[in-house]
Amino acid sequence: MQNTISMQDHLAKVYALWLREFKVFLRERSRLVASTFTPILWLFVIGSGLGSAAPSELPPGVDYQQFIFPGIVSMSIIFTSVFYGSYIIWDRKFDFLKSVMVAPVSRTTVFVGKTLGGMTNSLIQAAILLAIGVAMGIPFTPLSLAQAAAVVLLMSFGLTSLGLALGSYMYSLEGFQMIVSFVVFPLFFLSGALFPLDNLPEWLSVLTAADPATYGVDALRNLMLGTGTYGVELDLAILVGYTAALGAFGVYSFGRMKAV
Amino acid sequence: MIKIRSLVKKYGDHIAVDNLTLDINENEVFGLLGSNGAGKTTIIHMLATLLKPSSGSATVNGYDIVCQPAKVRSSIGIVFQAPSSDDMLTGYENLQLHSMLYSIPRHTRKQRIDEVLKLVGLTERRHDQVKTYSGGMRRRLEIARGLLHKPKVMFLDEPTLGLDPASRETMWKYIQRLVREEKMTVILTTHYMEEADILCDRIGIIDKGRIVALDTPKGLKAGLGGDIIRIKTRYNPDKISQLDFVHKVEQSNGFLVLSVNNAKRDLPMLLRHVEAEIVEFASPTLNDVFIHLTGRKMKEEQPEGGFAEKYAKYD
Ligand SMILES: Nc1ncnc2c1ncn2[C@@H]1O[C@H](COP(=O)(O)OP(=O)(O)O)[C@@H](O)[C@H]1O
Ligand SMILES: [Mg+2]
Repeated sequence: MQNTISMQDHLAKVYALWLREFKVFLRERSRLVASTFTPILWLFVIGSGLGSAAPSELPPGVDYQQFIFPGIVSMSIIFTSVFYGSYIIWDRKFDFLKSVMVAPVSRTTVFVGKTLGGMTNSLIQAAILLAIGVAMGIPFTPLSLAQAAAVVLLMSFGLTSLGLALGSYMYSLEGFQMIVSFVVFPLFFLSGALFPLDNLPEWLSVLTAADPATYGVDALRNLMLGTGTYGVELDLAILVGYTAALGAFGVYSFGRMKAV
Repeated sequence: MIKIRSLVKKYGDHIAVDNLTLDINENEVFGLLGSNGAGKTTIIHMLATLLKPSSGSATVNGYDIVCQPAKVRSSIGIVFQAPSSDDMLTGYENLQLHSMLYSIPRHTRKQRIDEVLKLVGLTERRHDQVKTYSGGMRRRLEIARGLLHKPKVMFLDEPTLGLDPASRETMWKYIQRLVREEKMTVILTTHYMEEADILCDRIGIIDKGRIVALDTPKGLKAGLGGDIIRIKTRYNPDKISQLDFVHKVEQSNGFLVLSVNNAKRDLPMLLRHVEAEIVEFASPTLNDVFIHLTGRKMKEEQPEGGFAEKYAKYD
């Protein structure tokens, strides 16, 4: 009984924190426009530009723009999710974080609320891109769309955790931007978002195999285009493993974060 | 209500709070008065469980600040030195968020929010985003937020810092009102003498992390031993201090500050012995107490104006 009450209490607080993130997101629409614009630009400029010199290794029946579409969805998730970590620095800067930490709320609750906010943000952006994908003629079924959404959530949970964990150790936005650039760009470029993973040089394939985003991209490519390197089951299994580890890292980092 | 025992906070070699022992009673308004960097905020942060003491202990509402942080947090409300509400949300939404974080039951939430909004006079503006609020309104919203869960103890860290004189007086009115209506122990920090004098039942003067005096405002002033006479003269201070009605002579800004029992009676006597260019007298103020105890003026700006005029209102 005690447990159900405290669980309910915990969820109510998570909801309160999430709601705040969501309201702020809705009120800062320029944020959404700016961060959706870049992936669309990539999709059409890189997709069409490089597409005219299409790599010969593409799966049959898939043009380059379609091929990178799952990669661009992943790109949007990677950037949005990891950069979401900067909001914990803002919260600290404006002392909002202090006001939450002085309330009877556990660090884990704060972490989960914030992460759900980031996931919502990523999901909305991915939804916009998926709608564009439907218009581009990607052969979605309601099931594959739902599955893709699940992969998006899984990926963004892991990567938002990563961003927030990094943010929790930092006090300046500039520092965060710098550190994160060293994280975000490799995550993206090594994920096979822009090129097929078969026939890569040895050193590169080792790096791509270590990149958690690789399995998100591959899962989405499997679901959307019916083609991929590892197969959905393996992708999901590895993704779940990474996500759990990154989530644990986030909880740990929030636990040891300084309140003032 | 609050028991502090040998509390210490060190930042590296720097001792911000130095072996503080202090008891604060239930339902009193206690002031921590000290200049910038004295350690006031550090004390508040430790009592509010946001900062771990280097050593020593304290209980708030009977709960240990290190071992029972959740219980302490439920017992306290706090207004930080800098406003901490979310600018993008409305005042109402900020209160809603915190009422949920404090587990205020759904059916009483709205009523309580309306109550605290009314108490701080923000009912009209409750649906405006906080970024449109003035400095004073933001502070009042913070107070409202601190009151939501009816805490036993309220911390106000420099509640009027940076406000113009008019907003400051409005703020005092609201603080006095909450003391009257909400029945709680209030610990407020300030570096404004006047504020401490007006609002507090007891004042602890804090300097370099230590309490250097602790009494009622009246007691502190009485402790200086009667009135003060300020003169500008070329006479030797040592000679003046030998006069039997003069308890003490201190120098401040080219003036001599004499402590006497009764300025009105002693002044004519003094002038029989000493030739002076400028003569002023007043009952001591907290500021005089502070200078007397620390040998320094408050670092922060003091209202300008003549000595007598400045202090006349306390006579
Ligand atoms: N995070 C910190 N790291 C190092 N020194 C600090 C820190 N916070 C406060 N101090 C120092 O501790 C002393 C007390 O600060 P504070 O409690 O903020 O004083 P007050 O609130 O009375 O102005 C100051 O000398 C300040 O520089
Ligand atoms: Mg301070």
